[in-house]
Amino acid sequence: MAQDTADMSGKSAKNMILAEGVTKTFGEGDSKVHALDDVSISIRENEFFTLLGPSGCGKTTLLRLIAGFELPTKGNILLDGQEIGHLPPYKRPVNTVFQNYALFPHMTVARNIGFGLEMQGRSKSEIKQAIEKMLALVQMEHLANRQTDQLSGGQQQRVALARALAPHPKVLLLDEPLSALDLKLRKEMQIELKRLQSETGITFVFVTHDQEEALTMSDRIAVMKAGHILQVGRPKQIYNQPARRFVADFIGDINIFEVDLDEVSGTTGRVTLPGGATLPADLPEADVPAGAVSVAIRPENMRLADARDSAAKLKGTVTNVVYFGAGSNVHVALKGGSEVIVRTTGEVLDDGHEVGLILPDRVQVLVD
Amino acid sequence: MAEPRRKMKDLRKQPGFDFMAWFCIVFLYAPIVVLIIFSFNDNRSVVRWTEFSLRWYYAAFDNEGIRNATIVSLKVAAVSTLFATTFATMAALATTRTPPFRGQMLSYAIINQPLMIPEIVTAVATLSFFSIIKQLTGVTGIGYLMLAHTVFCIPFAYMPIRARLEDMNLTLEQAAADLYATPIQVFRKVTMPLLAPGIVAGGMLAFVVSLDDVIITLMVAGPGETTLPVYILGQIRRGITPEINAVSTLLLLLSIVLVSAFFTLGNKKK
Repeated sequence: MAQDTADMSGKSAKNMILAEGVTKTFGEGDSKVHALDDVSISIRENEFFTLLGPSGCGKTTLLRLIAGFELPTKGNILLDGQEIGHLPPYKRPVNTVFQNYALFPHMTVARNIGFGLEMQGRSKSEIKQAIEKMLALVQMEHLANRQTDQLSGGQQQRVALARALAPHPKVLLLDEPLSALDLKLRKEMQIELKRLQSETGITFVFVTHDQEEALTMSDRIAVMKAGHILQVGRPKQIYNQPARRFVADFIGDINIFEVDLDEVSGTTGRVTLPGGATLPADLPEADVPAGAVSVAIRPENMRLADARDSAAKLKGTVTNVVYFGAGSNVHVALKGGSEVIVRTTGEVLDDGHEVGLILPDRVQVLVD
Repeated sequence: MAEPRRKMKDLRKQPGFDFMAWFCIVFLYAPIVVLIIFSFNDNRSVVRWTEFSLRWYYAAFDNEGIRNATIVSLKVAAVSTLFATTFATMAALATTRTPPFRGQMLSYAIINQPLMIPEIVTAVATLSFFSIIKQLTGVTGIGYLMLAHTVFCIPFAYMPIRARLEDMNLTLEQAAADLYATPIQVFRKVTMPLLAPGIVAGGMLAFVVSLDDVIITLMVAGPGETTLPVYILGQIRRGITPEINAVSTLLLLLSIVLVSAFFTLGNKKK
């Protein structure tokens, strides 16, 4: 199973959200759908946690279960040690930033931001103070009295954030909040969100299908597929040590080799590449049976070398070079038929060039 | 945006378009224009123009029959609008703010059915139904008329309210609940304010429909419960007078104001 190895980010290890065996089904009989299937997860206090996966993987359902818009079919959800799985949304100290922002069109920016506190029955002066603080936090002071339909997409986004943060929830849930913004604004908001998270110290649970966004912002990422969590880990772990073939494939470009595994000992072993070269390998779980397995190597973890170089464990022919500004992806057809991608910032080679490939010192074994 | 595959033909460029358009407009509005013009005629005749005058308006205001009928009309319209709009709002909420249920389409049909049944059938049915109740309970009064109007006003009030609710983004209500609003607060602070234009529009439509009704009123109204349209109908049997033109013009004016307001509110996008 996916291992959640020790966290080195220095954040508190206290669990803010603990989901235990959560199952959510929709519909009945033949049309019954398992949106979540026996999912367990722990999200720590003051963490920027991302649920990443393709559409239909259950990430939004999990978010809605934490918010209280859906109730679990089975299982428990604990928030800060208290069971909340069956509380209505208005009794949970959790706020949501919606994908379409869902700002109240009949209220000004300031009243939108103050709404949560107003409903909590806070005093007028307290609400006023909080609104001012929030407006400053998202740099919207000058627009306090605007109607929300007079705002640009990015401004609406900031108001939605301020509104959800104003009551100082224990957890902020963000449902693909950046998907409606253009690329430049999205990049800005990614940094902005990260800043807001560290300034407020609130636990953020962020849902996205954009792997780059997840890698940029998260303390930890949970990769989901078809109602299951496949792997939880820090962005670097997810990127460099994907445990599952799906995780490796979903995040970034990757080359997958079919190899033979032996000398298994704990979580290490040795693989034999098609061509005869052998490499030490890390296993995603202890005691993977020896035999045919897949290994993953990122394009940037391989180097091109002269075909005669003795360190080059694989040899092939350049078939295509795709230039992308900061470097090039060189497609190499290996002897034996399969094609790999190598990223290089060095010289651009011609098609048909014979090359050798220098592999990393260790490789990561994937399970399906 | 993708280019449309074929340029849309401009209907206005088709031969005979202008003629048809003007024909329809004249056909629809010429009689009303004539009615309005002759309401300002200083003459008893409704076919021969002599001179401009407001005398028939003064006469109408002086006529006790017209005054009483107007008061009855306004009273009945106000009360039935109030109840019809309330029930229509409840029905609209019940049919849009619940998960899809069996018989949802049937419930729409049942609510809108009064629009499809010939009014004379409803009128006769209401008459005999009320007669039975009156006989059993001995209770009489204008309440029956108001009740009958409430019933046929409901579908008219229901349509714009439901349209408004269906337009409304459901996540707004979820957002309010997420921000600690209890279900009652969600309704008061979010659903109601956003629904208000729909309710006002529905109410105005109901008011106009009640004000206009003749057939059901004719059957159900008791002595002293003559509404304005019924009064006008009665007067016309004794020959049309410019006084009736004047009253009709005023009624038309009220309808135009209400219907214009209805469309203005209905189009206000929020």
